[in-house]
Amino acid sequence: MRSNRSLFMALLAAIVLILAGLLAPAWLQFLVTMSAANGLAVLGIVVLMRGGGATFGQGMFFALGAYAAALVPTWFGIQDAVLRIVIGTLVAGLIGALFAPLLVRYRGIFFAMLTLALSMVLFGLLSKSSLLGGSDGISIAKPTVLGMSLQSGNAEYVLYCLTVVVSVVAGWLVSVYWNSAAGLMALAVRGNPLRVEYLGASARGSLGTSFVICALLGGTSGAITAQALGHVEPNFANWTTSGELVFVAVLAGYRRVPAVFAASLLLEIVRSFSNLYFPNTWQLVLGVFMLLVIMFRPEGLGSLWPVAARRQADPGAAVPPLAEGQP
Amino acid sequence: MDAVAYASWLFIVSLGMTLVFGVLKILNMAHGSIYAIGAYAAATAVSLAVSLGLPPAFSLVAMLLSAVAVAVTVGPLLERGLLARYYGRDEVVLLLVTYALFLMLEDVTKLVWGVNPYYVSEPAQLFGNVLFAGMRIGGYDLFLVGLAAVCGLITWYVLNRTTSGKIVLAVIHNPEMSASMGVNIQRVYVVAFTVGVFLAALGGAFTAPMISVQPGLSVSVIIISFAVVIIGGLGSIQGAAVGALVVGAARSLAVHLMPEIELFSIYLVMAAVLIFRPEGLFQSVKARLI
Repeated sequence: MRSNRSLFMALLAAIVLILAGLLAPAWLQFLVTMSAANGLAVLGIVVLMRGGGATFGQGMFFALGAYAAALVPTWFGIQDAVLRIVIGTLVAGLIGALFAPLLVRYRGIFFAMLTLALSMVLFGLLSKSSLLGGSDGISIAKPTVLGMSLQSGNAEYVLYCLTVVVSVVAGWLVSVYWNSAAGLMALAVRGNPLRVEYLGASARGSLGTSFVICALLGGTSGAITAQALGHVEPNFANWTTSGELVFVAVLAGYRRVPAVFAASLLLEIVRSFSNLYFPNTWQLVLGVFMLLVIMFRPEGLGSLWPVAARRQADPGAAVPPLAEGQP
Repeated sequence: MDAVAYASWLFIVSLGMTLVFGVLKILNMAHGSIYAIGAYAAATAVSLAVSLGLPPAFSLVAMLLSAVAVAVTVGPLLERGLLARYYGRDEVVLLLVTYALFLMLEDVTKLVWGVNPYYVSEPAQLFGNVLFAGMRIGGYDLFLVGLAAVCGLITWYVLNRTTSGKIVLAVIHNPEMSASMGVNIQRVYVVAFTVGVFLAALGGAFTAPMISVQPGLSVSVIIISFAVVIIGGLGSIQGAAVGALVVGAARSLAVHLMPEIELFSIYLVMAAVLIFRPEGLFQSVKARLI
């Protein structure tokens, strides 16, 4: 029943956003596109966070998705934006699935450090490889969408709609996953993996699933960003990119899917305005804000949501909140 | 030789990081920023010393003093004012806290020292070159090696041969038990963190003459010293020494043999070590607490 309600909410959100996009100026459409695209990568981190893994290497999947979307037009002549997004997602998911069995043996900071190391290796490869454009990256021609070619007038809006649809679908799927048995188990793994093992389930398997979902979403995000920007560069895999995504994930918390996109939009707005007015202090502001969130809202801004609060209070409907810092 | 000199300053910085992790259980992402602050402070101190007309040898003292100054002001402030409020949280949460701190310190350094590069090469020229086994070696490189050895030996001696050092080891082993035995844990934390900050600033101060001090300095240092500390095993001094040498050697080898992989040879080593010995080369396997 809940999945019916969230499906309805998702459809409503998509329709409202697509209609609202008609009224928005191009710069706002672009801003929302970018923040929703980033939101997808953050959603991946949040899924992983909720499943007990911390990553500082989401940039790796972001870059994989972006480069896949940038390379398929020249290598295979694929011009369709939707197809490019699917390919970017699958490439990132595949690589994620390859590394998952290795990574699930670790937890906590070791997991985070290993993802960081992997993404920095990719960063090194991308910046040195002349085939992939080196440190300058590569530009991408404008895609076609489902057979339509994009004119300069409608390109922003079409990409905006596409991003909204992809984000809403991904967000809905994640919320379905969270309420499924596997998704609830991920929450238990976060609480105490050993306990889950003793109950007869595989904690590593669950963490692996979370990680692959994280990779898939990172790939989707990268593929969309690449097409919205029209350019990809190795910096996508750098740890500063990952750090920024982690920042939004902490801000959002893992309670609510919409909180992820709200937090991502918030960051994008703050970034655009700060870059304009105070370029040298905006990281300072971000840092202070992040510290405050961690101190006062350890579950993220998503826990401010009234529905989430009610659900927490209702013992039948949800899992009890977990104490932070439990090993 | 280049590898050894590179490993020396890396060891000094990583020693601070591993010490902080050992005692406070915090993997400090802001460590690189403190390194950068140390470098900036040293650049300021040296140019001040030069403009005051002091003898060139005094610039070494100026660098040391600047590291002390950074440690005394920044260390207790961050530990008491900030980190102490987050104790008891998950290690990953603390990692995020120090990431936030890193973001803040980045901008603070830009605000204080601006975005233009600083150059202070006077101290490095002080030593000239030495002929050793037919090779021309920078005297300053040798000095750095000596400095790293001194730092490592002093830390080792204090930890293993003095009473206060043994108290620190007890806290590393089990803070709750030490507290119930009457150890003032807060003081141990402040001191250990301040020493960690001092080592980072010292590393920064004494590399300042060899590089141009500019924004973005901290980012690469964080990642490299992470690699060192992880390779050696978190919280282990010998580990940090070996890790620094391994990373130094890996980097030099890569520069000489395959320059294109210089950047990530370090991470390949780190990933390999994590895969085969997740505890690091010098860490004993601990029983997992349930």
